[in-house]
Amino acid sequence: MRITCPYCGNRSLDEFLYHGDAEPQRPDATADNAMDAFVSYAFERTNPPGQHHELWYHEAGCHAWLVVTRHVSTHAISSVDIARDLAKARTPNTAGRA
Amino acid sequence: MAREHFSIFSIMREAWRGHSGWTPTWRDAAPKPEYDVVIIGGGGHGLATAYYLARTFGITNVAVVEKGWIGGGNVGRNTTIVRSNYLLPGNIPFYELSMKLWEGLEQDINYNAMVSQRGVLNLYHSDSQRDAYVRRGNAMRLHGVDAELLDQAAVRRMVPFLNFDNARFPIHGGLLQRRGGTVRHDAVAWGYARAASLRGVDIIQNCEVTGFRRDSDRVIGVETSRGFIGAKQIGMAVAGNTSRVAAMAGLRLPIESHVLQAFVSESIKPFIDGVVTFGAGHFYISQSDKGGLVFGGDIDGYNSYAQRGNFPVVEDVCEGGMALMPRIGRIRLLRQWGGIMDMSMDGSPIIDRTPVAGLYLNAGWCYGGFKATPASGMCFAHLMARDEPHAVATAYRLNRFRTGHAIDEKGMGPQPNLH
Ligand SMILES: Cc1cc2nc3c(=O)[nH]c(=O)nc-3n(C[C@H](O)[C@H](O)[C@H](O)COP(=O)(O)OP(=O)(O)OC[C@H]3O[C@@H](n4cnc5c(N)ncnc54)[C@H](O)[C@@H]3O)c2cc1C
Ligand SMILES: [Zn+2]
Repeated sequence: MRITCPYCGNRSLDEFLYHGDAEPQRPDATADNAMDAFVSYAFERTNPPGQHHELWYHEAGCHAWLVVTRHVSTHAISSVDIARDLAKARTPNTAGRA
Repeated sequence: MAREHFSIFSIMREAWRGHSGWTPTWRDAAPKPEYDVVIIGGGGHGLATAYYLARTFGITNVAVVEKGWIGGGNVGRNTTIVRSNYLLPGNIPFYELSMKLWEGLEQDINYNAMVSQRGVLNLYHSDSQRDAYVRRGNAMRLHGVDAELLDQAAVRRMVPFLNFDNARFPIHGGLLQRRGGTVRHDAVAWGYARAASLRGVDIIQNCEVTGFRRDSDRVIGVETSRGFIGAKQIGMAVAGNTSRVAAMAGLRLPIESHVLQAFVSESIKPFIDGVVTFGAGHFYISQSDKGGLVFGGDIDGYNSYAQRGNFPVVEDVCEGGMALMPRIGRIRLLRQWGGIMDMSMDGSPIIDRTPVAGLYLNAGWCYGGFKATPASGMCFAHLMARDEPHAVATAYRLNRFRTGHAIDEKGMGPQPNLH
């Protein structure tokens, strides 16, 4: 398994650190269901056998956080995105600030 | 089907008869329409649960349904190490019960599981690591578990060929549990299967659970590739496939599936008589009775349902081995494989009811569930028979993450690839 970093190109797996499922988003701490939402955010995972969006950090390269889409039963990678771009797209009102 | 009692006399009799009289070890059953209890998963934990349900709790109308063949999962893929050298109060009594059950297992099930208490030695390489082992050893002894702290000279006497004077990670000593050791993993699956089968349990292979049937909020049976099977109670013991099976009941669990690799070398003469673990990297090794060196290291570290790993971990394990005992460098590797493990968010297991009435969960065994097999079976059987947790498994609750009672041996937080 190798990962193609958008900045650095196709690189060996041991240049990257894994940080798990990229789907959980930090919930609103003031919402009524905050307790449930945080338990789910911190501890519960869908853990699917197929396509998985996951966070990888290019530690021995450009230090970018990446969101890799990988089939976890075949290790086939279908896309690699820069996590920052996805985060900006999700919260457009903070786009100019970073 | 097998009724014979295994003994020195039965082995001698069969030797004289050219081994023509052995019968199948267990009964390969077809599913009945309904059971009191259906256990999903014919690994070590599922088979042990069925056995203790029958033997200890008198519940014999039980089926174990297995999608492949029994022993094809992690129970037949692990590196066979058993030990009870844990630190936290929620864990020690459970793993010590398991060790005691291992000690009496072969007499109990009348099957040679090659339980070998050859000792487990964890090496330390710094003062702080020694302090951590002192603490662990004391925690064990306070719970009545054997633990000995060895200095460098004592370790040298046991395993003189280690790389003691490694410039970066010199070996200062080790924590030894003499009662730890290894058990023949396949024989555990076969032995429990035979003993359960003899007490009336149906072992149904090539039978994949594909869904749950419900009556309002209660499960009443499983849909399988061999048709519907009704059940008053259903227990899940499917290790690396836990999230997948639980999802069929609408559950989302604190579990990720990860791959762990293991390695076996060509056979050599007796070399290492116990289990040795390297404390500076992650590497552990023992020698099988066939002579192969059995070793492994860290999990690959990313979600995986593929029963094979990648090269960075192969390299890492071999580097660990070379740092610890350079003389293994010229031994050739014979086989290498992977298994999918149910990594929980705190590194500790779950034996509990689920929010779905009638459905019970046994999961979260990470890379260390083989040693737990007997106690896991006993406690899961207790939970289903009495509908309350066994005294040594009261901490293994599914809601402990919500209530703040996580059992985090390594203190890593909810990051499964670090446990
Ligand atoms: C390489 C490796 C080394 C290890 N080393 C050690 C060690 O030294 N010491 C230790 O204590 N532990 C070790 N472990 C961990 C240990 O092997 C596991 O924690 C333990 O075996 C899991 O329990 P089990 O035996 O019931 O699992 P399994 O044998 O995996 O049983 C689960 C069964 O469920 C079945 N199943 C799954 N889905 C379905 C379905 N839908 N329907 C029907 N059946 C289904 C599977 O086919 C499988 O047979 C190791 C694991 C690996 C992979
Ligand atoms: Zn990069």
